Amino acid sequence: MTRSLITLDDASRDDIERYLALTDRFAEVMQRDIKKVPTLRGRVVINAFFEASTRTATSFELAGKRLSADVINVKGSGSSVEKGETLKDTILTLNAYQPDVIVIRHKASGACAAAARFTDAAVVNAGDGTHAHPTQSLLDLYTLRRRGVGLDGLNVAYVGDVMHSRVARSGAVAFRTMGANVRFIAPPTLLPPGLAEGLGGEVSHDIRDIADADVVYVLRMQHERMGAGGFVPSLREYSREYGVGHERLRPGQLVMHPGPMNRGVEISDALADDPEVLVSAQVESGMLVRMAVLYDLIAGPVERARTVPVEEVAA
Amino acid sequence: MTTRPVLMDGDQVRRTIARIAHEILERHAEPSAFALVGVHRRGVPLAERLAANMREYSGSAPVIGHLDIALYRDDVGTGVPVLGETHLPFDVSQRPVILVDDVLYTGRTTRAAIDALFDFGRPPQVQLAVLIDRGHRELPFRPDYVGKNLPTAYGERVYVRLAEIDGVDEVVLSERLPKEGA
Repeated sequence: MTRSLITLDDASRDDIERYLALTDRFAEVMQRDIKKVPTLRGRVVINAFFEASTRTATSFELAGKRLSADVINVKGSGSSVEKGETLKDTILTLNAYQPDVIVIRHKASGACAAAARFTDAAVVNAGDGTHAHPTQSLLDLYTLRRRGVGLDGLNVAYVGDVMHSRVARSGAVAFRTMGANVRFIAPPTLLPPGLAEGLGGEVSHDIRDIADADVVYVLRMQHERMGAGGFVPSLREYSREYGVGHERLRPGQLVMHPGPMNRGVEISDALADDPEVLVSAQVESGMLVRMAVLYDLIAGPVERARTVPVEEVAA
Repeated sequence: MTTRPVLMDGDQVRRTIARIAHEILERHAEPSAFALVGVHRRGVPLAERLAANMREYSGSAPVIGHLDIALYRDDVGTGVPVLGETHLPFDVSQRPVILVDDVLYTGRTTRAAIDALFDFGRPPQVQLAVLIDRGHRELPFRPDYVGKNLPTAYGERVYVRLAEIDGVDEVVLSERLPKEGA
């Protein structure tokens, strides 16, 4: 039975705890002199990134290599996708190489679930449109856990472009599963009615409501998904109303950002450079979490967090 | 129906561990010069008990490490994804290492343990201490210290239970039955 990691939305707290515990083990491996283990020798991991990525693509590649898998990277640009090949045909082609895992990033929500129908490999969702980004959620949780931050009862405020953010969508559900409280702070145009409520979070349009948050999660303004625009009057005005800088934070508040940062838009230049901001820690956690996910999908037994049979994904 | 003959009771387990500790001391006069590395999971408390015995007999104890071999298995993908802790608080290249495990069977765990160990350094010597050697080797390993040789059939399983993990010290034999004990 092929298992995949498409979303964490129906993962239990135990499922997520198991991923976090597994990630901890790989953190130990990364402290060794030889930071490579032979676990996935002879296995093939294909990273199929049809949408731009630095962090996720790099960390999946390194994660696979640290586990001794053969890692192949396929990008949207420079591949047959540019010639008009459909997702289905691309996946069928990659499947012919008999990979163990295909990691997919795609601009269309649901692309990973669809792709899973055309391959025997385990599929990992590395971000599909505005839908989900489960490994980002895991790395966000792990980053906080590793700092000794308790997740139960934690107050998390997502600030900014919630509407286009799979990071917020995935993360909010995962944070809630772990017992945290979630609030979304955004201009009304970037927070469609019903979205936040559906995710079990509070809504605010006032940036001052970050005051009681333990974690301020700053979201990237996703220009590339905004089309003709009209979501904000101007980036300057957005920045003035919702940009996060030191002056809006109180001591002790933790700041996260999924990257890449738009300096001077959603986050001030000075805050982006502040070593206290968790961005680098998030990047580091990313590789560890992805090692855990690849290991779990290939080495793990049956029932596991959001590891669904292909038939179920298709439904 | 399964009978579970008790092959060693608590007293026998403790006496056997004491004897192995003496045997190791015969060959390594100075405990502080070598390391005991317990193979996750039951090798870990075994190593700790050996060290405690040595401290009692000689006044000093070796440094103890733990080794989890899951990432070095030759059968990745057949289950058992749970990872234990690896912790080697000493320079592996600087002292002889005595691997400690509960049961020696095919030798595949030992192979994995040696591979794992060598990712941390190049020990001047590696030895193997086991509580039970049940035979059926599939790789050319020979233990240096053996608690008890137990000739077994393929269909049988040897369970070592230790108080630290299982609440009781004993070694039992049982037939390998599907669902048994599940």
